[in-house]
Amino acid sequence: MTAYLLRRIGQSVVLLFIVSAIVFVIVRATPGGPAILNNPDVDPETAQAIARDLGLVDPLPVQYWKWITRAVVGNFGKSYQHQTPVTTLIQNRTPNTLLLAGTALVVSLLLAVPLGMISAVRRYSLFDYIATLTAFFGVSIPNFWLGIMMIVVCSVTLGWLPSAGMTPAGVVPTFGDRLRHLIMPAIVLCTFPLAQLMRYSRSSMVEVIEQDYIRTARAKGIAPRRVLFAHALRNALIPVVTVLGVITPRLLSGAVVTETIFAWPGLGRLAIDSAMTRDYPVIMGITMTTAILVVISNLVADLAYVALDPRISLS
Amino acid sequence: MAAPATSPAPPAAAAPRAPRAECRWALAWRRFKKNRLAIGAMLFLVTIHVVALVAPVLAPHDPEFLDLLNQFQNPSARHPLGTDDSGRDVLSRLIFGARVSLSVGLSAMFVAVTLGSVVGALAGFYGGRTDAVLMRVTDGMLTIPTFFLALLVVAALGSSLVNVIFVVGLTGWMVVARIIRSEVLRTIPQEFVLAARALGGSDARMLFKHVVPQAFPSVIVAATLGIAYAILTESSLSYLGLGVKPPTPTWGNMLSGAQQLVWTKPTLAVYPGVMIMASVLSYNVVGDALRDALDPRSGKVGV
Repeated sequence: MTAYLLRRIGQSVVLLFIVSAIVFVIVRATPGGPAILNNPDVDPETAQAIARDLGLVDPLPVQYWKWITRAVVGNFGKSYQHQTPVTTLIQNRTPNTLLLAGTALVVSLLLAVPLGMISAVRRYSLFDYIATLTAFFGVSIPNFWLGIMMIVVCSVTLGWLPSAGMTPAGVVPTFGDRLRHLIMPAIVLCTFPLAQLMRYSRSSMVEVIEQDYIRTARAKGIAPRRVLFAHALRNALIPVVTVLGVITPRLLSGAVVTETIFAWPGLGRLAIDSAMTRDYPVIMGITMTTAILVVISNLVADLAYVALDPRISLS
Repeated sequence: MAAPATSPAPPAAAAPRAPRAECRWALAWRRFKKNRLAIGAMLFLVTIHVVALVAPVLAPHDPEFLDLLNQFQNPSARHPLGTDDSGRDVLSRLIFGARVSLSVGLSAMFVAVTLGSVVGALAGFYGGRTDAVLMRVTDGMLTIPTFFLALLVVAALGSSLVNVIFVVGLTGWMVVARIIRSEVLRTIPQEFVLAARALGGSDARMLFKHVVPQAFPSVIVAATLGIAYAILTESSLSYLGLGVKPPTPTWGNMLSGAQQLVWTKPTLAVYPGVMIMASVLSYNVVGDALRDALDPRSGKVGV
């Protein structure tokens, strides 16, 4: 087990290097430099000097080498725009994004697995049709549009929920305040993973309950409920768990848009701002943060997979 | 048709009634037809594509014609869906917007499938180091939240129609690459391919004669779902102001404009959103039905 874990961690580290190289090249190879150099108030010579100062005139491999040698010890440099260390910026924003994305992920898992299960057990029932169709809508609805519509209904028309921010302005927020601000963004962000996981749970469960050992269990006279929960569920969960690795990047992509709609002060807003101003250090910092989150979720999914499936032996 | 008799996948020949060996596509079509939801979705897709194609004929007004004296009109005989904040006809903008949104979907999918096939084929055929490098890049691309990457590149290159297509395609090729690679790896060691190789067939011939027909069903499914992804991504980019720029109407930038006006005229945000959702939904439904029809054994839901 330890050896497997170490190998997987090793692979993940390699993957992180690859990701860093891909994004580094893409970001710097595209024309037009950082916004600070294109400021019309700065004369060309000063801009040249700044560029030299930031190491932007070096050849690309040299730039990458400089960046990566600092990055591995946790130094991501300073933001061009804010003049603050990238790590500070990211540390301030990451908890907010994790709160939003984590809530969305937990909610979708808690709902998707039971709903998918009921759908599978009562296949071709009215419940199944409605659930399947709803899941189709869930993977097809543009989340920014859902966000706008929810603001129209819940904030503008009914006045139930706040339409922006994490806390009300000017007062010390209570737990209830925070919760009320979280509800709409979390619903919008969880729509896609909820629908996707539900489809997976359903098809996985359908496959499992058609197998011989389930029929055997039923034939032995084991209570249907017990067959479902003790025999089928565990095996049905295996493919669902592996999807988590695919869901996480989608969730973080979705967070970019969701945070924009609801003015949620997370990584997504920072990502858009840094992309617009070509703030290279921040862009790289965010890329690495999200890549690490994805890699960790992949690792967790793999370990859960091993834990769930006794057929896989690691020795 | 010079396909060897052992080839398990005859291309869709127009055989009106094959009495015994029904070809794969006819069988798939028969299964597909049973899915009424998918037929409905397909009819919808055909309709909106035709509408997009003949937009200038159908649209009652010029979609970019400003009429500032008639802002925010309610639906009327003259403007069936009313007018927007600049007095432009909403229905005409929706119809012309379909052109951009749908063509981005189709072209980006084309870019993604081409790129994915090339990467997958190279990795599968040449194996070894080529394979290792290409597949690690593929893994890497799957690890980056692709929307963020798209955002970065469009912000850098500027948001023209071509750039958006290119970027959405660049972030959507990974699934196709994996399909093609695994199909190459599965097909190449088989005896009929060995035989064809022994007869002097080139790699390119192996690819197009043996691998591509095998991979076709999976790629079709991936491509259909890819169009849905591309339409969604384009609209999200437009919403953030990074898509095709106004005044050219797209469903995404119509929504972006409508969000500012949500307090004055919420209906403006409804129409383009419904169109995006309906097209994406239809592509998803058709893609799913195609998967069931082409490979009934796989009950899996795709990515």
